[in-house]
Amino acid sequence: MCGIVGIYLKNQDLNPELGGLLAAMLVEMSDRGPDSAGIALYRDPVPDTSCKLTLYANGSYDWSALQREMAAELAAEVKLEIHASHAVVVSSVPVATVQHWLRTERPELRIMSAGSAIEIYKEKGQPREFVRQFKLHDLNGSHALGHTRMATESAVTTEHSHPFSTGMDLCLVHNGSLSNHNRLRQKLRDEGVDIQTDNDSEVAAGYLMWRLREGDSLEEALENSLKDLDGFYTFAIGTRDGFAVLRDPIACKPAVMAETDDWVAMSSEFRAIAQLPGVSNASIWEPSPATVYTWGQ
Amino acid sequence: MTAFDLSSDTVRALNQHLHQTPSGELSVTNPGGRHCIACGIDSPVDVSIDGHVGYYCAGMNKDAQVTIRGNAGPGVAENIMSGTVRVQGNASQYAGASGQGGTLIIDGDASARCGISMKGVDIVVAGSVGHMSAFLAQKGRLVVCGDAGDFLGDSIYEACIYVRGKVGELGADCIEKEMTTEHVKSLRQLLAATGIDASADEFRRYGSARKLYNFNIDHADAY
Repeated sequence: MCGIVGIYLKNQDLNPELGGLLAAMLVEMSDRGPDSAGIALYRDPVPDTSCKLTLYANGSYDWSALQREMAAELAAEVKLEIHASHAVVVSSVPVATVQHWLRTERPELRIMSAGSAIEIYKEKGQPREFVRQFKLHDLNGSHALGHTRMATESAVTTEHSHPFSTGMDLCLVHNGSLSNHNRLRQKLRDEGVDIQTDNDSEVAAGYLMWRLREGDSLEEALENSLKDLDGFYTFAIGTRDGFAVLRDPIACKPAVMAETDDWVAMSSEFRAIAQLPGVSNASIWEPSPATVYTWGQ
Repeated sequence: MTAFDLSSDTVRALNQHLHQTPSGELSVTNPGGRHCIACGIDSPVDVSIDGHVGYYCAGMNKDAQVTIRGNAGPGVAENIMSGTVRVQGNASQYAGASGQGGTLIIDGDASARCGISMKGVDIVVAGSVGHMSAFLAQKGRLVVCGDAGDFLGDSIYEACIYVRGKVGELGADCIEKEMTTEHVKSLRQLLAATGIDASADEFRRYGSARKLYNFNIDHADAY
């Protein structure tokens, strides 16, 4: 079991409240996933000439030293904002340059997300504690996904937690279990996709990354995943401008969607959506199996 | 009328009250998608729930009339024994699963696996049902006024399925059967009892081809 939540704000006046709305949904899904929690938040997009990355350090870390050295060695402006065990770095150099520098100079850091608007935070422990640690109520944004994990097939660590980055400004959260992830992981590694854990959901994320790299649109990548991924899943995929939802053809794993004039939301269960303002006037439906749903600007 | 407001009262308090053989009417407000609301009732009480409910609402219902004025999450009226459960909105997957008696009425649509392993319950859906409905159904009637998804009645035993609209691919051992005057009459009575406006003459009947049965009474000694 796991819990998934997603919210996309149609009414931008609500953007300052995004973190609070997401927190309420996430905490409501604690029963479905008490092992770890994570979010992908889209906000404050940087210009095309800059990039934004979320970094994770296991244990205490000298972030200001990183900021200084990065700025000096890349000869560029580097802004850094600490969020608990994570830090968001914004720099005025191409993203590939920053990624390369981090991988060679700071291999102990894990790059959680990269792009122009996405920020990913995740940590093991209860969702309520996660909300407090990362001060979710202070976070603004245009849309967000969240995940509460009940681990079934691999370890409980921050690295095994969701969301998983699937490329620039993309991420995936998953409720379910994949049965062909070992073979698929090997195939993806042969294709040069970097997969760091033995988690099945990371394989799904790596699969999408590979399909997108091969030229698929997001819809095509998701249609292809219906053919290549064996198992049970409800996926929510965050994109720069919105989010997408896909359930496997058997559709054992629950999902519900709702829409008002102000927002579109999805969750594993209605009780998470019941936390949102104006829900009594929402249109509510269950997404059909093997059908790609997308929302965005 | 007794009233429970689930924004302040707990589901446990509600269910404990319902288990103390109450009668008359009881209202539940602000269900907020919570699980197991009005489960295990064993008395002729009339429960009205104003809003959407989560998993397993009105499970194991006996004698009670439960009305959900909203949508129901997975497993509504699971293992219903008797009485009536009505969902005025849509129901999620496995509605009425393994129900042994009574009636489940869904005024909207039901999603996948509606009536899975049903054992005597009557399920009437005013809208459509999702895939694998009446999977392993053993007894009772599933009535679908709209369409039925793929693999309807897969591995069905002796339950009776009526569908007014389109049917996707039939499940293993499920076949269309003749709609006799007896079936029309019985369906007409059921529709009238549930207050669903549909003409019994417009339905087709599906049931078991009995080709998957392995048990043969002549070979009882061999098992």
